[in-house]
Amino acid sequence: MTATLDEQELQGRFEDVIAADQRIEPRDWMPEAYRRTLVRQIAQHAHSEIIGMQPEGNWILRAPSLRRKAILLAKVQDEAGHGMYLYAAAETLGVDRAELTDKLVTGKQKYSSIFNYPALSYADVGVIGWLVDGAAICNQVPLCRCSYGPYARAMIRICKEESFHQRQGYELLLAMVNGTDAQREMVQESTNRFWWPSLMMFGPPDADSPNTSQSMAWGIKRHTNDELRQRFVDMTVPQAEALGITLPDPGLAWNEERGHYDFSEPDWTELQAVISGSGPCNAQRIAHRKRAHDEGEWVREAAAAYARKQESRR
Amino acid sequence: MRTTQEDHDATNAYQSLADTVGHDDPRWAFGTGVEDVQAEITSPVPDGVDAADLARYCLMLGDDALICAQRLAEWVSNAPELEEEVALANTALDLLGQARVLLARAGHVEGSGTGTARDEDALAYLRAEPEFRNVALAELPDSLDFGRAIARLLVFSTWRLALLHRLLASRDPVLAAVAGKGVKELAYHRDYAARWTLRLGDGTPESHRRMQAAVDAVWPYVEELFRTSDVERRLVGAGVAVDPADVRAEVDGVLDEVLSRATLTRPTVPPAGTVGGRGGRQGAHTEHLGHVLAELQSLARQHPGASW
Repeated sequence: MTATLDEQELQGRFEDVIAADQRIEPRDWMPEAYRRTLVRQIAQHAHSEIIGMQPEGNWILRAPSLRRKAILLAKVQDEAGHGMYLYAAAETLGVDRAELTDKLVTGKQKYSSIFNYPALSYADVGVIGWLVDGAAICNQVPLCRCSYGPYARAMIRICKEESFHQRQGYELLLAMVNGTDAQREMVQESTNRFWWPSLMMFGPPDADSPNTSQSMAWGIKRHTNDELRQRFVDMTVPQAEALGITLPDPGLAWNEERGHYDFSEPDWTELQAVISGSGPCNAQRIAHRKRAHDEGEWVREAAAAYARKQESRR
Repeated sequence: MRTTQEDHDATNAYQSLADTVGHDDPRWAFGTGVEDVQAEITSPVPDGVDAADLARYCLMLGDDALICAQRLAEWVSNAPELEEEVALANTALDLLGQARVLLARAGHVEGSGTGTARDEDALAYLRAEPEFRNVALAELPDSLDFGRAIARLLVFSTWRLALLHRLLASRDPVLAAVAGKGVKELAYHRDYAARWTLRLGDGTPESHRRMQAAVDAVWPYVEELFRTSDVERRLVGAGVAVDPADVRAEVDGVLDEVLSRATLTRPTVPPAGTVGGRGGRQGAHTEHLGHVLAELQSLARQHPGASW
């Protein structure tokens, strides 16, 4: 009886903190479902950073100038760093990195569907920066105000770096559209491939997004999928014009009345297919991560054994 | 571009994208280190120094760093732990930064008489194997065996740190500047490699076996590091270069200490043979370099004259 009352009191305090737009911290009481939702979301975000190293990593060794190689290498290194902060944020909720990595490689937790598309030309490095990091920033900036403190603080740092990456990507595209015909064609071709998958990064339409309202009530999410998608389209169209390239949607048009761009419906069956494991690179990405993790096991075991020996020698 | 209230919205990911800064903004080369010494690349060749020799020497040290960075970059998304992802990429970035300055200096110096200077990219992307001047140790594959990567890095960073320490006093201002920045970087690389050598050597029986095998595999390529080329011999006299033979005792001392603390045995294998007395410094490489260059240069060569 008393326990139930305590629970109600704790729930009440939790709701007051959320209502006052303040932060929940690791030692605060929180509803189990809130904790589960956060673990799932932060882990998925961390996994996305780590899996996201693969498509861009595909071009580091072949980067066409030393300056571009340095920029790309630094960017992919930042993604590993983002993965580290995010796993650390998840660890404040009582899970550990090894357990989450295991869930990733066994397919029990997901990562952003965009990384299941291949990076096929150097223009993809720029387009991933421009569109994919751009969409990620639209999704992530509101998370800097997320109700869970450690996640919100990790996101502030990550968003700053993401925005830098996005500018670097766009600057590569500017250099390429001002270059040779072949370079311009590469940019257009890459944009054609990445445009729709980028729009899908915001998730299914609101009507098919059952978790959105609970996440918004908890202050984990601040805008709906469709709101963020519209904002992304509105920001991107003028940028595409500045590059002199065409976005591959004949339905794209400024709607004076709405004050927004109209655009066509993405192919949601494709998103469903990619999410459920049949995108172009799902199996490859997971197999790569699993191989690297498995091949590193002897190294991690050695480090643990060495640490134990040092401890016992003290 | 349409101007709306959103231009000042913190959630606007695209703010200021359109007024992208120019190539000269150092932040665009963030992490590369190249901006710190850029201004000195065009310094005059010191008095009494042969320009061709100086250019060749900058290529040697620059190619060592470039090719080793390329090998380290192979580890991206393949490391045993995220901390190692960050550390290996960071090491590759440091070396790439050193390579860029050294290649730029080589290109400037070699072209100073003729007015046909090659830039860092012309040197990195448009030379063929025999024109590269790196030592074999830099180009060896490690086949994503972490022990091999650590063994190479331990030897390479110990040797290069000893060279750069002495180059702090070089009469060439660019070599001295690269050394000034590089000693801090290399000290970290050496420390990182030494720590992992201890963990792997004195970790589990399996890691001990693998780390010993890794040290054995790179050891035949250690001898070359201390062989003095004619170019180096002439530049030592001019106060510009280091005689690599002079750093042997120091490097041996460090390696012996690390190996012994890691419970590993210093290999007694014979050094790899030369091609008629010629090695990496003379452009005679292992078969591996061609594959490294095929990958490094493929895209740049597909688009002649393009700038990126």
